[in-house]
Amino acid sequence: MDSPSESHGTLAAGPMRPRPFVVVRRWDETADTFSVELRPALGDGSEPSGAPAFRPGQFNMLYAFGAGEVPISISGDPADGERLIHTVRTVGAVTRLLSELRPGDAVGVRGPYGTGWPVDAAAGHDLIIIAGGIGLPPLRPVLYQVLAQRDRFGRVALLYGARSPEEMVFIDELRRWRSRLDLDVAITVDRATESWRGSVGFVTTLIARAPVDAADAVAMVCGPELMMRFAALGLVKKGVPEQQIYASLERNMKCGIGLCGHCQLGPSFVCRDGPVYPFTDVKGLLQVAER
Amino acid sequence: MRDMVALLSASPVFAGLDHDQLEFIAGCGWNVHFKAGDTVFKFGEPADRFFVLRAGTISIEIRYPGGPARRLETLGDGEVLGWSWLFPPYTWQFDARALTDVRATAFDGTCLRDKCDDDPPLGYELMKRFAGIVAARLQATRLQLLDLYGQPL
Repeated sequence: MDSPSESHGTLAAGPMRPRPFVVVRRWDETADTFSVELRPALGDGSEPSGAPAFRPGQFNMLYAFGAGEVPISISGDPADGERLIHTVRTVGAVTRLLSELRPGDAVGVRGPYGTGWPVDAAAGHDLIIIAGGIGLPPLRPVLYQVLAQRDRFGRVALLYGARSPEEMVFIDELRRWRSRLDLDVAITVDRATESWRGSVGFVTTLIARAPVDAADAVAMVCGPELMMRFAALGLVKKGVPEQQIYASLERNMKCGIGLCGHCQLGPSFVCRDGPVYPFTDVKGLLQVAER
Repeated sequence: MRDMVALLSASPVFAGLDHDQLEFIAGCGWNVHFKAGDTVFKFGEPADRFFVLRAGTISIEIRYPGGPARRLETLGDGEVLGWSWLFPPYTWQFDARALTDVRATAFDGTCLRDKCDDDPPLGYELMKRFAGIVAARLQATRLQLLDLYGQPL
């Protein structure tokens, strides 16, 4: 039997081998969420220069040396070939170490992996983007791409739900997006503070008011799975065809290339066949517990 | 009256009702305007009406004794404010305040209840629609209470 390094050229080149990147900037988004800008470390010339191209919705495995890897969606602009931006919530040992990165520190990157949002397929249609909490970072590349080619799309609505005003990510960008006339942005929080002047209520309450032609709309949804399930119900009730709804799933991804099986969900591997799925493919699986 | 009927037929809560039913309901309605900061109703007051919002945002709030008002939910264009007019003891259970200038149509709940008693098919139809609104709000509140964004994805 051939060894993996002989029979799988790409494996030899390194889908399992992290590429060294250097932290350029790191900043807090909220009390427990930060963003980090990475650029490829200067190598020996054997790796292509620049950051790897990615599609909105794809993820990288980020390796905190000595601690381990975590799958993190790419939250930057797909048109930026020089750098990668990731937005990370600190929830465990690896993300805690990543949160302590400072400019000049090294981090390993494998990827990009997985399927992306069907941005091209949405061209010519209205678009509803629904994000809950830390579900906005995987959708931000969609917004960058759509706004860069705004004429290709019909009406575009972003519905964003957060736990509280302090826990919204990309505040400055949300403000800029809200000022655009060609993008309808609706934001709601579960718990208002005294100074909050915006909407209060779960993100699904924004769906009925979204100013799109539901029957012609494509919807992209990312957030907690329960949120996505109810968002999909709300979208269907509004008249969005179920087959035009897409959701991004999160599972325990380890290898990133569909080999190890950790992220198996029914018949598919989320790292390889997802994380973005047509809702019709996964609606029956959203209640399957992760083991 | 004709304007009011057209207005009602464009509202999701009344859409699909026949012309006679809409005229019937329109007889109980009138247009109202609230300035930002105005109180729409207060806890404990008689709940003798409800509102269909045409433009603007209303906040539903509860007040802690001696503390600030806590905003529980906001309602916007096309949404219905108030269902306490439907159920005894017909008093408001929360406060409502205009966050922005608001244009709305107010409906006399007592008048409408009487009409529903006289016309059970209309009453059943309206009750189904309001039950749908209550169910949707209950579902959204349950999701809000789950604090989903506080957990990892």
